[in-house]
Amino acid sequence: MATAAPLLALQNISKDFYGNLVLSDVSFELGRGEIIGLVGENGAGKTTLMRILFGMNVIRDTGGYRGKVCIDGQEVRFQSPFDALDAGIGMAHQEFSLIPGFTGAENIVLNRESMRPTVLNEVFGERMSILDRADMRRRAAGTIAKLGVSLDPDTLVSEMPVGHKQFTEIAREINRERTRILVLDEPTAVLTETEAEVLIQALRKLAASGIGIIFISHRLHEVIDVADRVVVLRDGMIVKDTPTAGVTVRDIASWMVGRHVAADRVGEGVRSFQGDIFQVSHLWVDMPGETVRDLSFTVRQGEIFGIGGLAGQGKLGIANGIMGLFPAGGEVRLHGQPVLLNEPRLALQRGMAFVSEDRRGVGLLLEESLAWNIAFTAMQIQGKYLRPVLGGLFRLRDEAAMRALTEDYIQVLNIKCTSPAQKAMELSGGNQQKICLAKAFAVGPDLLFVSEPTRGIDIGAKRLVLDALHKYNREQGMTIVMVSSELEELRAICDRVAIVDEGRITGILPPTADLADFGLLMTGERVANG
Amino acid sequence: MHSLKRIGADFGWPRIIIFLFLVALFLAAPLVGVRVDASLSDVFNRFGQNVFFVLALVPMIQSGCGLNFGLSLGIIAGLLGATLSVQLGLKGAPGFFGALLLSAPFAILFGWLYGKLLNKVKGEEMTIAMYVGFAGVMFMCIMWLILPYTAPDMIWGYAGHGLRTTISVENYWIHILNDFLAVSLGPVFRFPTGEILFALLGTYLMWLFLRTRTGTAMTAVGSNPDYARASGISVDKMRTISVVISTLLGAVGIIVYQQSFGFIQLYNAPLTMPFTAIAAILIGGASVKKASMLNVMVGTFLFQGLLTMTPSVINSWLQTDMSEVVRIVVSNGIIIYALTRKTKVSK
Repeated sequence: MATAAPLLALQNISKDFYGNLVLSDVSFELGRGEIIGLVGENGAGKTTLMRILFGMNVIRDTGGYRGKVCIDGQEVRFQSPFDALDAGIGMAHQEFSLIPGFTGAENIVLNRESMRPTVLNEVFGERMSILDRADMRRRAAGTIAKLGVSLDPDTLVSEMPVGHKQFTEIAREINRERTRILVLDEPTAVLTETEAEVLIQALRKLAASGIGIIFISHRLHEVIDVADRVVVLRDGMIVKDTPTAGVTVRDIASWMVGRHVAADRVGEGVRSFQGDIFQVSHLWVDMPGETVRDLSFTVRQGEIFGIGGLAGQGKLGIANGIMGLFPAGGEVRLHGQPVLLNEPRLALQRGMAFVSEDRRGVGLLLEESLAWNIAFTAMQIQGKYLRPVLGGLFRLRDEAAMRALTEDYIQVLNIKCTSPAQKAMELSGGNQQKICLAKAFAVGPDLLFVSEPTRGIDIGAKRLVLDALHKYNREQGMTIVMVSSELEELRAICDRVAIVDEGRITGILPPTADLADFGLLMTGERVANG
Repeated sequence: MHSLKRIGADFGWPRIIIFLFLVALFLAAPLVGVRVDASLSDVFNRFGQNVFFVLALVPMIQSGCGLNFGLSLGIIAGLLGATLSVQLGLKGAPGFFGALLLSAPFAILFGWLYGKLLNKVKGEEMTIAMYVGFAGVMFMCIMWLILPYTAPDMIWGYAGHGLRTTISVENYWIHILNDFLAVSLGPVFRFPTGEILFALLGTYLMWLFLRTRTGTAMTAVGSNPDYARASGISVDKMRTISVVISTLLGAVGIIVYQQSFGFIQLYNAPLTMPFTAIAAILIGGASVKKASMLNVMVGTFLFQGLLTMTPSVINSWLQTDMSEVVRIVVSNGIIIYALTRKTKVSK
C-alpha cells in the first residue's frame, strides 16, 4: 500500500447541542475492507456521529463540530451530503429513502442513469438525452449480483417486501463507482433472520472488494458475526474499541449499558390468580398488514398476559382493534360487561389504556410539552387536571397539577429530560417510550395494553421499561396485556404467553416452556395448551 | 452581537424590520406634514376595528385546519345580522348587540356546514377555504338584491328593492363602542376605549377557551390527530367546533368594524377581508399550525400601523394617491413572504 493512512479516521470529534454534550473526544479508524460494528444505546451519539461524517445540515446549523474527519489521511470538512457522496461515502438509512413508484433498477441508478443521445442533443445539449433502460437494468443487475442477493430489478419499490427495499437501498449506495465507505444504520432491524443472514454474506463480499463498512446495529450477535472490530459508544464517549474475536454478546451488552444486565426472569414461582377480568371471543380486526381473523382468549385479574408471534400475523391488530383504532368485531367483555367496539372514548372510559407500537405516529404529541403528553388522556377522559374558575362556570387546565404529575413520572420512570415543559420530540426513543407509558399510567387503567414496548430502544431503556411494567403490575395490581415480537422479553415478565399465527391464537404456554415449543406455535403447529 | 442575533431569532427578523419601519414612518410623518396624533388615533381605532378578524383565525390554526381563507362566510353572517338589525329598526346599544345576536345563528349554521366540508378535504383546507369564501361572497351578491328587505335606509331608492352597496349606520349604532368612555386629547386624538376594551375582552375569552378541556383537545387535534383519536377525541367534531368559532368571530368582527367605520359594506366588500387578517397574524409571528394571543395583538398592531402610516406618509411625500396600491402590495407581499418562509412560531 502506498500510504499507511487509514481509509477513514475520526480524530477527537466533539459535538454539543445547545450546551448539551453528545459526543466527546471520539476517535477511531476504519481500514480498507474492514467492517466496524458501531454499537451503543439510543442517545449514545451514534446517529450524531454519522451525521457529522455525512455532512448533514443539521450539524452545521447547530454550530458545527470540533475535531477532524480524515479520509486517506487528508482532512475533509463536508458542507453538505453531496460533498460526502463525492468523497465516496455511502449511507443506507434506517428509514428508507427510496421512490416507491420507481422500480428497483430505477432507484439503484437514480440520478446516475445511463443516457442515450438523441437528435435533440445537437440543439439543446445533454439535457435532451433519453434513458438507456437496457443499460440501467444491466448496471442494476450487476450491482445486485455484487451483493449476492436475489432481487428483481423490475419490481416497483412499493411492491417489494421490506427486506428487498433494504437491499435496494444498499445496492444504490454501492452502485456509485466511487463509494469506498459504506455506513449502514440498523440495516437488519426490519429483516427476518434469513434475510439478515443474506445481507451479512453480502457485506462480507463487499468488504472483500476493499470497501470499508460501518455497521450500526442493536442486534449484537450480528455485529459479532459480521464485524472485524466493534466500537462501543456510551454517553458520547468510546468505551471500547476491540477486535470481535473472542467477544461475546454479553460482553458488548455490558459495555454498552455500563452495568451488569439483569439476565433472566425475575425469580419467582408460578403466581395464582383469582377470577377473569377480560374475555375476548371471536375477535376480528381489519388492520392493514396485521389482520386478526378469529381470536379468543381470557385474561385473569392481575396477570401479565403476553402475546407474541411473527410480524404480520395479527398480534398488533388485537390491541388496536379492542381500543377502537381500527374497525373490529366480535365479543369483548371487561369485568363481565360487554365492551362496545370501534369507540376509542368508550374503551378508555371503561378503564382500559393502550400504549401504541407507533410511538411517534400515535403515541405522542411531538410538538407539545411532556406535561401535555402525559396528562392529556386523563384530562379528556376523566376530567383530571382541570380547575374550576369563575365559581365553577367553566374549567381550565391546571398547569401546576400537570407539572407536578409530570415531575412525579420523570422521577419514577427515570425519564431523562430538562423539564416537564420540554417538547416530546427532543427526547430519545427510550425516554419517549417512557412518556407513552406515563400517559397510560396516568389514566389509572384496570387493564393496560402495551404494544411493542421496547421496539427501537436500547438494552438499558428496555430493562427500565420492562421493570416499570412489572412494578405497576405488582404494586398497583394493574392487569397488563403485552404484545411483543421479542419472545425473550415476553418470557421475562409475562405469566402466560399466547402465540398468534394467521390472525388466530395457536397456543398459550407458560413462560418457562421450551423455546422450541414457542417456535412450533409461531409456525402454526398446534401443541398442547399450557 | 451574539445576544442581538439571539433576540432577532427569538422575536423574528420580519417583525423587527416592520417595527423599525413603522417607527421610521412615525418619525418621518411630521416632516411631510402628517399629524402624528391623528395617525396614532387612527392606528388605535383600526386596531380595535380589525383585531376580531385576526382572532377568528386562531381556533382553526390550532385545530390543524390552517389559515381561514374562508373567513368571508363569517363576515357574511355578520352582514346578515347587521342588515336585519337595521331592518328591525334597532338603534343604539340594542341595535349593536341585536346585530351580534341575529348574526349568531347564521354564523353557526354556515360554520357547521363549512366545517363538514373541510373535514372531507383534510390536507387541502386552505385552498378549498379560499374558494368557499369567494363562492359565498358571489352567491350573496345575488341574494342582497333578492332578499325582501324593506327599510328605506338600506334599499335602492330608484328601484324600491335590493340592498345598496354601502349602508350608513349613522342613525343606528355608529361608534357605539368607540364612544364608550372615549378619551380625547387635543383637537384630533381620540382613544376608542370601548372598542379596545371589547377587543381585549374577546382576546381574553379566546385565551381562556384555549385552556379549557375542549380548547386543549382542539390543540392536540391540530398537533397530532392520531394521538387525539387514540385518546378518545373525535377529530372531526373538534375541527368543526373550531370552524364554527372562527365563523362566529368573523361575524362579531364585521359588526365591530361597521360601528367604527360607520357603514355596512355589501356585495364584493368581504372578498379580500380574510387576506388582511391573515397577513396580520403572520406578521405577528404565527405559523400555519400554531398561533398565540400575543401573535394576534402584535400582528394586528404592526399590520394596521403599517396600513395607516404607509399610505398617508407616502401620499404626502409623493403628492399622489398611492394608498390602495401600497395596501395591496404590503398585505399580499406579507402573506407570500410568511407562507414561504415561516417554519416555526416566534415567541
